[in-house]
Amino acid sequence: MNLLSSLRLSPKWAPYVFVSPFLLLFLIFGVFPLAFSLYLAFQSWEPTSGLSAMHYVGFENYSFALQDEWFWKSLKNTAWLALVSGVPQHVVAIPLAYFIHSSFSRLRNGVVGAYFLPYITSTVAISILFSSLFSTDFGLINLGLRVLHEIPGLGWLLPAQAIDWLNDPDHIKPAISLIVFWRYVGFNVVLYLAALQTIPKDIYEAATMDGAGRLQQFFYITLPSLKPMIFFGVTLSVIGGMQLFEEPFILTGGRGGSDQAGMTTAIYLYRMAFDFNDFGAASAMSWLLFVVVGALTWLTNRAFRPRDASH
Amino acid sequence: METKTERISTWAAYLVVGVGALIMLTPFYFMFVFATHSRTEIFSLPPPIFFGDSFMDNLNILTQRMPFWRNLGWSLYVAVASTALTLLFCAMGGYAFAMFDFKYKKALFGVVMATLLLPSFMNMIPTFMIMDVLGWIDQPRALYIPGAASAFGIFLMRQFVTASIPKDLIEAARMDGCGELGVFWRIVLPLLKPALGTLGLITFIASWNNFIGPLIVMRSPEMYTLPLALRSLQSPVDTEWGALMAGSAIATLPLLVLFVISSKQLISGLTTGAVK
Repeated sequence: MNLLSSLRLSPKWAPYVFVSPFLLLFLIFGVFPLAFSLYLAFQSWEPTSGLSAMHYVGFENYSFALQDEWFWKSLKNTAWLALVSGVPQHVVAIPLAYFIHSSFSRLRNGVVGAYFLPYITSTVAISILFSSLFSTDFGLINLGLRVLHEIPGLGWLLPAQAIDWLNDPDHIKPAISLIVFWRYVGFNVVLYLAALQTIPKDIYEAATMDGAGRLQQFFYITLPSLKPMIFFGVTLSVIGGMQLFEEPFILTGGRGGSDQAGMTTAIYLYRMAFDFNDFGAASAMSWLLFVVVGALTWLTNRAFRPRDASH
Repeated sequence: METKTERISTWAAYLVVGVGALIMLTPFYFMFVFATHSRTEIFSLPPPIFFGDSFMDNLNILTQRMPFWRNLGWSLYVAVASTALTLLFCAMGGYAFAMFDFKYKKALFGVVMATLLLPSFMNMIPTFMIMDVLGWIDQPRALYIPGAASAFGIFLMRQFVTASIPKDLIEAARMDGCGELGVFWRIVLPLLKPALGTLGLITFIASWNNFIGPLIVMRSPEMYTLPLALRSLQSPVDTEWGALMAGSAIATLPLLVLFVISSKQLISGLTTGAVK
């Protein structure tokens, strides 16, 4: 501690000293890459020919991206996956959180932990595990479906044939969505639990006195009070869903799947840079995707904002 | 004074929540079960439901196919270095943002917070090029040094300093002749312990699981971190599923242990922004 005392630092300079290590790294690895990527999006460059071979091409990368069939396809895939994995997360998480909130006390932490656990585990390990569970002939998921198919009355709902989840373009997206749903539903449960704890108990008591049943209370008290959290949760799902990369990357062996059915935009721009060596187009695509994410976030905001400000 | 319908709905809630929790945990169970079976056992009818005895064989295959222990070592090294740097830099930065006034503070903090919402793919390509120019390709520092500039860490630390360190305490320490560095080291850091614990856990786990980062900067298999090494074992024709599951289980086990010890702290840390 003698060293500390001998290094006198005046209060005037102290904040700059404290903030500078972070700030330096933040500028180099957080801000500069962004600016550089903006610049790169207007350049034509191949990494093999060295940095000096870069030249300005105007909006060529953008017009290339906008005319690229695969780019549009990847956007559609991403939106599909975000929707199909995202909406059920909230539809399931809200009632689950409500049940946990109203009926669990002692076991609560354990139960919440079980739902939350997938969120903190390695996406790679999880995706590898699921690619074995999804395998056609011996995967547990097809096996389970076959068992369910034998049940009379339920069988007609389910396919008789084993599904080639990972290679059939029609089935790769549901497979990815299932993993994403499984991974993030618990995160949303925790969000909604936190919001439920802020609803005052006496509102429910008053409603009970007035003869409102549990279902009515849920629809007339709980759901409206959760609206701000639903907005926040859906925004996170949109932002997260639109940058989906790891699960489909592992599941499709890094290539996007047959007929590019599992190729998200994030995967495509990775491939554009590192498989096809077009860094300019990849940067332009990343900015286009950024605009899409921004627009979707704005739309979500519009959808959840109260119509009447004075209300 | 529960009515009959209330009791039924309570039991229905137990059932739904309980069955759901079991479904959530099932994949983990099979990860560990499969880790103890050979490839032919995993893909047989019926598939194994209980633990087998092929774990050591799987581990042997794993270490033959790739420098598994080395990869595990790099994962650990990067996670520890990244956690240490992030804690130090974010504690200092968060303290400065919370307790001091300095030029452009508001604007700077705004920019830092804006990057929190920035999609991660935005930096993917330029980061590769920067690392290439710096000569950091295949260097662990390409992973832990940029990671230390954590906007989330700054947010968490500033939040905690504002909420729980009284300004008077800092003033009193200054009056007693404690220098600025001393105040930070002897008073602020010890008080920050709970927040440091949370941020440390989150940083360690994020680094341990990080896939895109090493995918971009680590090119040779000896430098792979665990997730990258595991994914390199996947092949369209000849995947050693037993070995792959053993590797995945080993990659998952430390997280399970951390989670069991600290799930409450972790969950509340990871959902801060939302709850505040």
